Parts: sequence; C-alpha cells; structure tokens
Amino acid sequence: MLKPLAAILTAAGMTLATAQSEVEIFSWWAGDEAPALEALIDVFEAENPDIEIINATVTGGSGVNARAVLKTRMLGGDPPSSFQVHAGEELIGTWVTADRMEDLTDLFEEQGWMDVFPERMIEQISTEDGIWSVPVNIHRSNVLWYVPGNLDEWGVSVPADWDEFLGETCPTLQGQGVTPLAIGQNWTVQHLWESVALAELGPEQYGALWDGSLAFNDPAVVDAFATFADVMECTNDDFAGLSWQQATDRVVGGDAAFNIMGDWAAGYMTTTLELEPGEGFGWAASPGTDGHFMWLSDSFGLPVGAPNRDATIEWLRVAGSKAGQDAFNPVKGSISPRLDSDLSQYNAYLQSAAEDWSSDVKVGSLVHGTVAKETFMSEFATVIEIFLSTGSAESAANAAQAIATQVGLGQ
Amino acid sequence: MGTLAGAHPWRVWRDPLRQNDRITAFLMLLPSVVLLAVFVYGFIGRTVWVSMTNWGADATQALALNPQLEFVGLGNYRKLFTSVIDVRFRQDLVNTFFFTLFFILGTLALGLALAMLLDRKVRFESVFRTIFLFPFALAFIVTGTVWRWMLQPQGGVNILPELVGLPRLNFRWITTREQVWQFDWNTVPAFLIGALAAGLLWGAWQAWRLQDGRKPVRSGTLGALGAIGLGYALLGTPGIQLLPYPEPHGFNLAFIGILLAAIWQMSGYTMALYLAGLRGVPEELREAARTDGASEFQVYRHVVFPLLGPITLSAMIILGHISLKIFDLIWVMAGADNATTDVPALLMYLRSFRANQFAEGAAIAVVLLLLVAMVIVPYLRSSLRGEVRR
Repeated sequence: MLKPLAAILTAAGMTLATAQSEVEIFSWWAGDEAPALEALIDVFEAENPDIEIINATVTGGSGVNARAVLKTRMLGGDPPSSFQVHAGEELIGTWVTADRMEDLTDLFEEQGWMDVFPERMIEQISTEDGIWSVPVNIHRSNVLWYVPGNLDEWGVSVPADWDEFLGETCPTLQGQGVTPLAIGQNWTVQHLWESVALAELGPEQYGALWDGSLAFNDPAVVDAFATFADVMECTNDDFAGLSWQQATDRVVGGDAAFNIMGDWAAGYMTTTLELEPGEGFGWAASPGTDGHFMWLSDSFGLPVGAPNRDATIEWLRVAGSKAGQDAFNPVKGSISPRLDSDLSQYNAYLQSAAEDWSSDVKVGSLVHGTVAKETFMSEFATVIEIFLSTGSAESAANAAQAIATQVGLGQ
Repeated sequence: MGTLAGAHPWRVWRDPLRQNDRITAFLMLLPSVVLLAVFVYGFIGRTVWVSMTNWGADATQALALNPQLEFVGLGNYRKLFTSVIDVRFRQDLVNTFFFTLFFILGTLALGLALAMLLDRKVRFESVFRTIFLFPFALAFIVTGTVWRWMLQPQGGVNILPELVGLPRLNFRWITTREQVWQFDWNTVPAFLIGALAAGLLWGAWQAWRLQDGRKPVRSGTLGALGAIGLGYALLGTPGIQLLPYPEPHGFNLAFIGILLAAIWQMSGYTMALYLAGLRGVPEELREAARTDGASEFQVYRHVVFPLLGPITLSAMIILGHISLKIFDLIWVMAGADNATTDVPALLMYLRSFRANQFAEGAAIAVVLLLLVAMVIVPYLRSSLRGEVRR
C-alpha cells in the first residue's frame, strides 16, 4: 500500500523539482521496437545528463492505437513534448494544417540538415510555410521476401514483374500446393495494393494519384485494381486473421513462397527469428518496381505549446544527429535518412537498402502515412473491404475516387 | 411513510423535522444529480450537437485547438444512410440486427436449458452452478482472447471432430467472407413498415378479442391502419427510394464465432436469473397442475414458462443493450479493420479517431444511442410504473 504511494509522491516531487528539464516522448515503439528507442534515449541522456526523458508509449503496430490517444491528448490541450508521427501527409494533413506544429526550418539550417537529408525527402516533409518534423529512419515498403533455398526446391525464380508472377510463378507454385504469396490482415492487403499499383502505374502516375491529377476511376488505375485482383487469387485465403509476422512466418516455414512487406520484416527475421540476411531469407524489390524506393519514415515534431520547448528542441537535435540515428537504426532494422550515415554498423540487408535509398527513384507510401492525409488513408481500408467483398475492380476504384473527392485529396 | 399515513401534505411540508429531512435528502442527491447532468446528459447533448456539425470535414479545423464548427443539420445522418462509402455503416446495422437477434435467442435458450437441468435437484448442484456462472465473471477481453485461439482455422474447435473419429472442420470462423440471407437495402423500409403494420393488426385483434367487440371503432381503426400499412409494404413502399441502385446486405457467417463466445459468456447469467425464477414458482402450483392431469411438458408450458415472462423480459433488455454496444469482444477476436465482423461501435471509433471524422463518429454514436433507447426506455417505463403501483 505504502510503496506505490511513496512512488507517486516522489514522482510528484521530482516533477516539481525538475520541471524545467523534462521531455515527454510519445511513441508506439513498445515490444520488439523498444530497444531501438532506448538506444536513442541513451545517446540523448549521455549528452544531456540534466534532462530527464519520460518515455510514453502506446502499443499497437503502425501507431493505430497511439494516434487515437494522441488525438485525445492534443484536443484536450495536453500535448506531449514531442510525438512520433509518420513523416509526410500523416503529419501535415492532420497536425500542420490544424496549426498545431512549430516550423523547424531554423533547426534544420542551424544543424546543416538541409544538405545531409535528401532533397526529395525534405520536400515531402515540408509545406510552403516550413519544415515540420525530424525524420529518424527510413523503411522501404515495396520489398519481396523469400527463402532462397525453398525457391530452388520449387523451381521458381524471383519474378521481375507481375506478368511473370501471374503467368509462371503463381501456377507453378500452386501446382505444388505452395501458397505463392502470403498476406495478412487488412492493412497488409493495402500494403500489397500499393506495391502492385506502383508497378502497374509507374512512379509518375502513382505520384499523380496523390496530388489529385490522376483519378482513381481512370482506366489505368482500374487496370491496376484488376491486376491486384489477379494477384489476390495467388494468396492464402485465411489472411484476414493473420498478423504481418504470421504472414512472414508462412514464408520462413515453407508454406508460402513470397511475401510483400515493409523492411521491418528484415528486422523481425534477423532479430526475432535469428536468420542470416541473404541465406536464411532473401529480398528483392517487389515485382515491377526495381529502381523505385517506396519509403516511409518515422519522425518527431514540435507541437505548439509543448512543455519545455528548449529541452524538446535538444531532443529533436539528437534525434536528427548522426550519432543518434546510427545508434537507433541498426537496432530498429531501418536505415538512416542521412546520406552520411556510418554503414559499417548496419547488416547486409540494411546496407543494400541504404545503397538503393541513395540511388533509386523515391515515392511515398500510402498505407504508412507518407502521401495521403489520414482521412483518406483510413478510409482506404473500406475501399479494400469493398473490393474483397465484391471482387470488382470497378466498384473499388469508384469508391476510392468517391473518398478522394470527399476528403479533397491533394488539396 | 407509514407513520405519516393520513397526515395532510401541507402539514408534512410545514413540519420542521420533515423539512429538514427533505433538505438533507436534496443535498445528498445533489452531487450525483450534478455529476449525471454534466457527465451523462451534458455529453449526450454535446454529442448530438457535434453530430450536426461539419467537424472533420475540413482538415484545418479537425484537430485545431479550438475547432470552428459549422452547423450542417442532418447532413451526416443522410450521408450515413445514402452515400456509397457508408455501405459499411449500413452493413454494420445489419450485422448488429442479426447479432442481437441470435445472441438474445441463444443466451436465453441455453440459460433456460441449464437452469431447468439444475432445477431437477441434481447432485453437486452448487458446483455446476458455479461452473456455469463462471464465464460471466470474465471480462469480454479475456473471453475474446480465449475464443480467438480456439477458433483459429488450424486448431481448437476445428479439430474437435477428430476426437470422435470424424474429419476435421475447415471453417474459417471469424474471417470467412460468406454471407447468407442477402437482401437489398432498398427493401428495408418495406420490412420495417410491414413489421409495424403486423404489430397494429395484432393489436387490433387483441383489442377485439379482449373487449368482446365492445369498442369496435378502436380496434377497427387499428386494423385499418395495419391493413393499409401491410398493403403499402407488400407493394414495395412506392415513393420511398433509399438508394438509386440495389445494395445487397446479409448475415455474415463470420459472426458465428463471435456469437459462440458471447453466448458462452452470458448464458451463465441468464441461467442464474432463470434458476431464481424457477425456484420462485410455488411447488403447489405445479402440484395442482399435475393433479389436474398435466404432463411434465404441459406443466412447463402452461404454468412455469408464463411465470418466467418478466424474467425473460429483463434478461432480453440487459442482453439487448450489451449486444448493441458490443465493442471489446469483437476488437479482441477479429480486430477493428475486419469489415465482415464490424459493428457500429467499432466504426464510430475508426471514423472518429483514425479518420478524424468526428462529426460522423458522433452521428454513429447518436444512432446507437437511439437503438439502445428503443430497448431501454420501454423497460424503464414499465418498471417505473411497477414501482409506483407498489
């Protein structure tokens, strides 16, 4: 009885005593991803021994629950010092447009970040009025995962595009009772959709979807939905109940040949399943997207009215620094967006991703908040549900366009 | 009250002791009245207000510190019932209807069956009673987690038939996309009006029967209204067109898994209610019926079940509002994104906190409130009336 009470009293006392030097970091990095955040916090605390970090996490993949908690806090006028948010439209379309974030241009210029972060990326995290967050990592969405030994056994190779996959790879595998492509619950289906759409539309047209210059019911997009429908014929039919890890497990366990997932799957396979990159698992750009890097990024921003603004800016500085990012990313299983990161600390997969990051055409992910505002992103789940229950490319494309019009996509 | 029976009300009020009592009572009630006024009725009022604004339609205002909201009347409701994208909301209503129906039927039937078995003076009755009641003590979160594991396609329930040498089941309990009993959304008004008309006709017949035809105008009016309504419904409600195209809805088989878990959890509770009810049936009544030559079935049919009516009604009300509000069980078993097992409460959460469409979320909340009110208010009325009578 007394112990918790004493702890509360002590905590309250400490809050009073150190109110000036406390930073509350709000994120969804719990569980497998917690050690990476800890590594970043360690760097921060080594440089700033007098500032205390309060690590506030809300569990739930891709921040689905954390974002809801964050919204209630922000609406209640109780913003955390800094919060994790997907860089790009998820931040801009929700928080910047509502005037809840501070411009970080000064910090970027002072730290020389204008030169170390890729220009295309800075564009995507900026509006005319400023730069809005500090990206701490880069994940790639369009990656095809497989087990090299299994492919040899089944006599298939990595398909270069969806035509090859649908024409040869899929029938060969199905003939042997192997699931050609493993997927999981709704958002992983959307994740597959964005890779198929990028392949079928190409980076230009794919990008045009998000600024509103290409309609979803355009014949090209309907065709992409039709290809997507064919691809869905090559997937496991019990997907709705599987997490992305379980879909990856199907590939590793030899029940399925391929899986399209973001490269956090590499982190899962190396760290949790203890597989060697290149031997235990192999990777390639998803079919038809070689040379295109569909990216997403976690970032931290500065909410208006954040408690302890100066200490929070110091947190942002460390989060964007080379030391901070090179401590964080190898543990997280992602790469640093900085072009000057020390690659020797990263594993084989991450080194290859970093190489692609510096040379590939960069396009943003829909499902992970880069290119479309949250309202569209969330309602796109309904589009996929409409598609799954009707099986009609037309209806899905029309529904997507109806939502895009309604939310004013690209405006 | 008893001691003051016969005292003149005015004298009661003037009596300083009584007055003191009243002030004390008022002060004691005041905190909860204030809290209820603010945290229940105040928030209901605010939700209704929000549901009639455009909160969320404009991203610059959705999450602003002081959102500037515009009044849009019933626009959000119209959208929910007519727009292409909100097909999901309409299917959610259909899901809720079927879920509520089967949940109440299943729970009542299983609860009654268990209670009747226990009522036969079995040995270790209290042990069985505890076992059957135990699931009720669990949170839906726990029930959901356990049943999600048991309903996995590869294991649990699906391999049960193997124990008796039968082939294993291959049903995807929670994730199947199969839909049965499909109907067009445009026929819903016909169903509703038809049901209402049938109710009127039944009322007319009852009135006629009970009053031996002494008030022919009243039962005649009811009957005529009912006949007109029924005819209108049978003609397909000309003049009411909800959607310009057919939109199929039906019962999603994925709900069978959810129903299993929910019925398993709540049937112990109805068993306890029914057991108390059965014990309350005087033994003399049964004896009298048996003496009159009633079979055991007839004893139940004509003596016991009619006496259990009020209990069934209470149980239906309590189960009904649980099933209309169900959220956590489905959240745990199927997740929020699986539209085949979606219900309005989940969609309300998704719309509000993922898509930032707060006004639409509020509109869904108000629809849910109205549905729950339809169940609760008649019950409150009848039970309040009962208290006054007492």
